[in-house]
Amino acid sequence: MNAPVNPDSKPIPLSELPVVWTDKEKHRFKVARRSFVDPDILKTEYETIFSKCWLYLGHESELVKPGDFVTRIVAKRSILFTRDASGKIKAMFNTCPHRGAQVCRERKGNAKSFQCFYHGWVFGSDGKLKSQPGAECYPDDFNADGQADLVPVPRLDSYRGFWFICFDAGVQSLPDYLAGAKEWIDIVADQSETMMTLVGGTQEYQIRANWKLLTENSIDGYHAINTHATYVDYLKNSQGSMSPVPFDGTGYDLGNGHAVIEYRAPWGRPVAQWIPLWGEEGKVELEKVHNRLIERFGKERADRIAYSNRNMFIFPNLVINDIMAITVRTYYPTAPDAMQVFGWALAPNEESAWARKYRLSNFLEFLGPGGFATPDDVEALEQCQRGFEAMLEAPWSDISKGMKKEKVNYDDELQMRSFWTQWQAATKATAAPKGGDR
Amino acid sequence: MSTLTIATVTREQVEDFMFLEAEILDEWRLKEWLTLFTADATYNVPATDVAANASPDSALFYVADDRFRLEQRVERLLKRTAHAEFPRSKTRHLVSNVRIRSRSETELDVGAAVLTYRTKMGLTETYIGSYRYRLVVQDGKLLIHEKRCILDMDGLKPNGRISIIL
Ligand code: FES
Ligand SMILES: [Fe+2]
Repeated sequence: MNAPVNPDSKPIPLSELPVVWTDKEKHRFKVARRSFVDPDILKTEYETIFSKCWLYLGHESELVKPGDFVTRIVAKRSILFTRDASGKIKAMFNTCPHRGAQVCRERKGNAKSFQCFYHGWVFGSDGKLKSQPGAECYPDDFNADGQADLVPVPRLDSYRGFWFICFDAGVQSLPDYLAGAKEWIDIVADQSETMMTLVGGTQEYQIRANWKLLTENSIDGYHAINTHATYVDYLKNSQGSMSPVPFDGTGYDLGNGHAVIEYRAPWGRPVAQWIPLWGEEGKVELEKVHNRLIERFGKERADRIAYSNRNMFIFPNLVINDIMAITVRTYYPTAPDAMQVFGWALAPNEESAWARKYRLSNFLEFLGPGGFATPDDVEALEQCQRGFEAMLEAPWSDISKGMKKEKVNYDDELQMRSFWTQWQAATKATAAPKGGDR
Repeated sequence: MSTLTIATVTREQVEDFMFLEAEILDEWRLKEWLTLFTADATYNVPATDVAANASPDSALFYVADDRFRLEQRVERLLKRTAHAEFPRSKTRHLVSNVRIRSRSETELDVGAAVLTYRTKMGLTETYIGSYRYRLVVQDGKLLIHEKRCILDMDGLKPNGRISIIL
């Protein structure tokens, strides 16, 4: 491995090299493995990425009625995500302004108000303080400036039903941040005429690997044939589980670290690629879905929505994969070598019970900790993490596939380069700690 | 010995059957394990935040296999290319608190507690849960019509996968 050299051709010390560097002439893109193991890097990531970027909070369909609420950990903070009595969506830090207790301890539900059990302060579903035991001991204007309300998140905004928050009040607007990803979110959101909906049930799991490995893996077309050999065997074994479509497609950089691969694949798609397994009933159903797409969007876009698959990554930790089913996935590092993952299934609200059943069946075949594919991804990530123990002697990973090509394929590594380039710009991290060269 | 019938099967017989299943799983005799199921059997593991009796047709599960997919799961697990289980993990299913909850003319509804350990590459993970089985008798033998494992956990922590059979 030829690391860049100084003009006097002495090697540049690792502590002066960025984690991510590229040699355009030699078509090399390297990432220092320090980034997967060093606790200082994790700290930097929480400061420069998770505290500065727009982060996915939840989906609008989780809050249907006034008073509906969800609690969710976002970058270590517990967030209370509610639809208030007037129907407005709110997000507050789930910590009591009195002395800190978590005010809501349920995962989800419907409530007119939230009472902190410690001393009994009561807050509305908009986060405003409603009452406090012993109110006579406080001045009349105690909360005139809202200082005793639940603290709202600095920024809250949504795009097509996906709600995001940011802990940095000065961040650019969400539409600007999403950049080229918006039109790809549209392709998912347009699959429903009413609203896309999260199906009940969360796949929640931990992986003993650095969170960035899941980013790479979620938009990696290169690994499928090896890692998911048994899934492909399974498709072949199931009578009529494949349509005669070869794997083929392209990767795109969407700006700001977001990326997507779009490709054709042989599996069935509930919106809307028919496979023989789904029978005549399914054929009629999917034709109906497809025709409606044509009416709404014209044939070209309808075909794209129906037949193409998309693995989309929104920096820093949101994945929306519109494949044999649609999964929304977010994940956070809990340690350099551990992450917490949340996965959900997204579906058109109006789809028939038939379609919902096959969608969920499709989902479980491939996706999630009990599927025929994801466990092997988890194994791959954990094996990479073990490999990084030799980081001092084997310091680099290679992400250069397809660099020399003008038009990249879905199984090249452009998407990962988009992520890493943004990551480097945010963290400014070096390949070894200052003074850490050997 | 008199033939087994749904009306007369005892808890002890049910326990023997479930202990046998646990042994078969822990010895990775997975093809044999399939013979414990009816031709229309299902095997389900719901997500940890849905109702224990939820339907996989309308809620997200970890596992929802029909008989075909169950066979495919076994076939997959016996391959070298099932990377998550290569080399194979060591497992131990501890089945306890077995109880016949109810008995219809054709089926037993059985509940049990289960603790499963999985060890691979120096790490041991624990799956804590309960079983609900719907058992039938065919040709004088107990068979599983539905096996459902309900995890008593908040998600899968620290285990990132259910790559073994619970
Ligand atoms: S900490 Fe909540 S009322 Fe005191
Ligand atoms: Fe994968």
